[in-house]
Amino acid sequence: MPDGNSGTGIGAALLRKEDRRFITGKGKYTDDINRPGQTFAYFLRSNVAHANLKSVDTSAAEKADGVVAVFTGADLEAAGVGGLPCGWALTFQNGDPMVEPPHPALAQGRVRHVGDPIVMVIAESKKQAKAACHLVNVEYDQLPAVVDMMEAIKGDALVHDDAANNICYDWAIGDKDEVDKVFDGADHVTSIDIVNNRLIPNAIEPRVAIGEFDASSGDYTLYTTTQNPHVIRLLMGAFVLQIPEHKLRVVAPDVGGGFGSKIFHYAEETLVTWAAAQIERPIKWTAERSESFMSDAHGRDHITKAELALDKDGKFLGLRETTYANMGGYLSTFAPAIPTYMHSVLMAGVYTTPIIYSNIIAVFTNTVPVDAYRGAGRPEATYCLERLVDRAAREMGIDQVEIRRKNFIPSDAFPYQTPVALCYDSGNYDATLDTALKNADVGGFDKRKAASAKDGKLRGIGYSTYVEACGAAPSAIAGALGARAGLYESANIRVHPTGSVSVYTGSHSHGQGHETAFAQLVSEKLGVHSDAVDIIHGDTAQIPFGMGTYGSRSLAVGGTAIDKALDKIVDKSRKIVAHILEAGESDIEFADGNFTVAGTDKSMAFGEVALAAYVPHNYPLETLEPGLEESAFYDPTNFTYPGGCHICEVEVDPNTGVVEVARFTAVDDPGTVVNPMIVEGQVHGGIAQGIGQALLEGCVYDDSGQLITGSYMDYTMPRADDLPSYDVATESSECTHNSLGVKGVGEVGAIGSPPAVINAIIDALSELGVTDVPMPATSQAVWRAIQEAS
Amino acid sequence: MTNFHYLRASQLDEAAAKVKGAQDGALMAGGMTLLPAVKLGLASPSDVVDLSGIDGLSSVSMDGDNVVIGAMTRHVDVANSDDVNGKIEALADLADGIGDRQVRNRGTIGGSIANNDPAADYPAACLALGATIITDQRSISADDFFTGLFSTALGEGEIITSVSFPVPDKAAYVKFPNPATRYALVGVFVASGSSGVRVAVTGAGQNGVFRSGELEAALGGSFSAGALDGVAIPSNGLATDIHAAADYRAHLIGVMAKRAVDACG
Repeated sequence: MPDGNSGTGIGAALLRKEDRRFITGKGKYTDDINRPGQTFAYFLRSNVAHANLKSVDTSAAEKADGVVAVFTGADLEAAGVGGLPCGWALTFQNGDPMVEPPHPALAQGRVRHVGDPIVMVIAESKKQAKAACHLVNVEYDQLPAVVDMMEAIKGDALVHDDAANNICYDWAIGDKDEVDKVFDGADHVTSIDIVNNRLIPNAIEPRVAIGEFDASSGDYTLYTTTQNPHVIRLLMGAFVLQIPEHKLRVVAPDVGGGFGSKIFHYAEETLVTWAAAQIERPIKWTAERSESFMSDAHGRDHITKAELALDKDGKFLGLRETTYANMGGYLSTFAPAIPTYMHSVLMAGVYTTPIIYSNIIAVFTNTVPVDAYRGAGRPEATYCLERLVDRAAREMGIDQVEIRRKNFIPSDAFPYQTPVALCYDSGNYDATLDTALKNADVGGFDKRKAASAKDGKLRGIGYSTYVEACGAAPSAIAGALGARAGLYESANIRVHPTGSVSVYTGSHSHGQGHETAFAQLVSEKLGVHSDAVDIIHGDTAQIPFGMGTYGSRSLAVGGTAIDKALDKIVDKSRKIVAHILEAGESDIEFADGNFTVAGTDKSMAFGEVALAAYVPHNYPLETLEPGLEESAFYDPTNFTYPGGCHICEVEVDPNTGVVEVARFTAVDDPGTVVNPMIVEGQVHGGIAQGIGQALLEGCVYDDSGQLITGSYMDYTMPRADDLPSYDVATESSECTHNSLGVKGVGEVGAIGSPPAVINAIIDALSELGVTDVPMPATSQAVWRAIQEAS
Repeated sequence: MTNFHYLRASQLDEAAAKVKGAQDGALMAGGMTLLPAVKLGLASPSDVVDLSGIDGLSSVSMDGDNVVIGAMTRHVDVANSDDVNGKIEALADLADGIGDRQVRNRGTIGGSIANNDPAADYPAACLALGATIITDQRSISADDFFTGLFSTALGEGEIITSVSFPVPDKAAYVKFPNPATRYALVGVFVASGSSGVRVAVTGAGQNGVFRSGELEAALGGSFSAGALDGVAIPSNGLATDIHAAADYRAHLIGVMAKRAVDACG
């Protein structure tokens, strides 16, 4: 074992430990798991958007080759299997609870979106299960489908009979009358109508679930592609299947990307678990990519009208918005919280806007449920705000940088209480802007624009200065706001007798690099090499109860839990050392993996302390237990607030409408940087998704509710050649309320970048009179905007 | 995907007999379209007759003023052929831009033409260059060969053996890719040679590849991009989908045509 931490602590740009197995095909994903006697499930899914089920005839399927069992919604109802729960309760403005319709795991009498599962066929092979599904005869009594939210709220056709006008809730934050007064007295009002386009997540690994039941013990195991195994165990065990937690193990091994879409409890997880007990054999289901398109929760999908009131100098006086947020056909696990507590409360952004009103109307439609997707509410808020600010500057003839600086929350104003509930603890928006202006060589823009013009291209530059909220917390406040779960994180540190360390974390890595970054936390505090540290996650049978990974919370919440447990390790070690070296505990100093007695040459290495703890021959057994293992649960006192500045330069070909991202500069404030390489990688991925949303990706349904973008033949995922090389840097201010000073970085790229891209296109086309382009700004959309302006 | 009989032929007449004798036979060249279609359940042939064992179908040769490309010649080999690069560089460039590297290493010119996908590249080259498609039974001019979406003048069991391209004076192909598939959303092939100016458009037509009378007339007067200024392409008969409505496709045809003419030098 190497001596000391050898520079593997906080701040080291270590290569990711996990990548060797990922890039050599040695990762162990859920689909790599096969259980003895395993069967295979395939789901018959609705091919219409809205219908009553006149009949579901499974008789031929039951007799088909290899078929073990066939289940329908009626079977689940008879067995008392509950519906899928929603994890966050919102209210109407008058305090009435949101409309929370049942969400059966298999359709019971009615289907509400293309892809809604109707029948589960279990067979000896996947091919047999699929073939048998084709033998099921479903008679649909089609109902009018509602796809467009503005049509849905007319209430002509109802997705759920008890949701009048298809409204799930009509919620608001802020004092509308007071805001309206500010607008009445404002020198200038800028308004904007925007659509935040619906996205389909597309993790590289499709969802997989394997259910297993041991009849001799009554134990259930669910292997699943989730971001939060304990949350699935709680939701599915307690609310759907009534399996006590000590009898239900949920394992999420290597997971190939989540981006939010693997947070939620999905029907297939419940179904393979329940049915495994019915047939007393394991059942595996692996989504085909087409199923992913029509069954993974989608993201975004807002229609917003927003207005900004300004004084004559461009100072923001107030903001008001009304947003329609698509919920889809059912409420996904955290859907109601996304447009409200992840969006409305961010509408102050990085600005001192003193008064804000945000009204959110959540709407049911005959589409796939919509829930959190990388950024989850914050990209929608940032896009709205930064488009609005950009437009206000253009309307008032103020420079884009100047209007932002004029309204920034000053760096000496933290903690800063916004008018929309959140209190930002730290930030320095001028610093990230200054560095971004420099890195983007904004001074050279005019020259580059002239060079583009020579090639017949229009060049534009767009800005986005943003703040977001990570590490959702604290539990008590979240609970008061409707969360039905806590938002802490857990860690267990097991120091082995020779000083190597296993960390059991409630966070879950599905690409984030926890095995490396978390090991660096241990290395930093205990002075051991990061190679002497293993991170264990994803198995409820091994790890303490944890809340998992989403909302850029792993380091800020899970990492801090690890740090707290490490403190306990150091404290106990100090006691052991004091005993062995016969010194007072307060005289024991610890640095670089060595305990020393102050003012003496007496010392013990961390590994010696560990050995003493497990071989307690000379040990204070009367006051201290042997062993060196500690746990911590950490419930933060606030969100963390990463922020930053993204600057995008585009070249537009006015003849075709093609937009090329010529330069992209990001300067983000993620707080303390544990591993700069991982941070850079996270920002790169986030920007790719942000540019994807801005230019390429858009989910399209036709009027009858058929999913037109149901495959990669129509849904445009960003590819390497769609993207430039980014200029990425950090300019950190530390978080003030966690011990590491970390904020989070998983989502900043996807949050900050879309408005920078669109603002750049508008800048490029402003000389043609274009003031608006939609997302995705496809070549056709841009060409059309040019045609309409001229 | 349904099971099928895999049959391999070593002679043309054997292949023709096998495909005709099958209940629902399909000829397979590179398999870059047929096999994905079978996997997705979009095609379910009873028998697939593999043509790759037939000698003499993959070569590029000169026949007088014609470049003759064997039907089983892979896109990568057309792209790298000295004859094609020397005589019809536009055709080599076109082959180099089909699909991706994997597709170019398997897909063939004969397979592409026989399939006549409305967004495929080769049909535009055949039509604009005035190629002759040679089968095991006859020669068919490109003008008569492409008869509509995924349909051609080929009879049942008729097998393309080669395609003969007259060498033009000037030619170029410019493609505007579909952002999702990278197939041609609009592809325009312009050629000027002994039979005058011919302009073929792929990707855009509701009925597949077609010649543009408007563009040919304008370029016939003066083979220059400037000659296309103000030439309106009717959107009648053009396809509309989520990526491009007919009017946008019509516009792009004009832009791509100008770029193709410019690329002719």
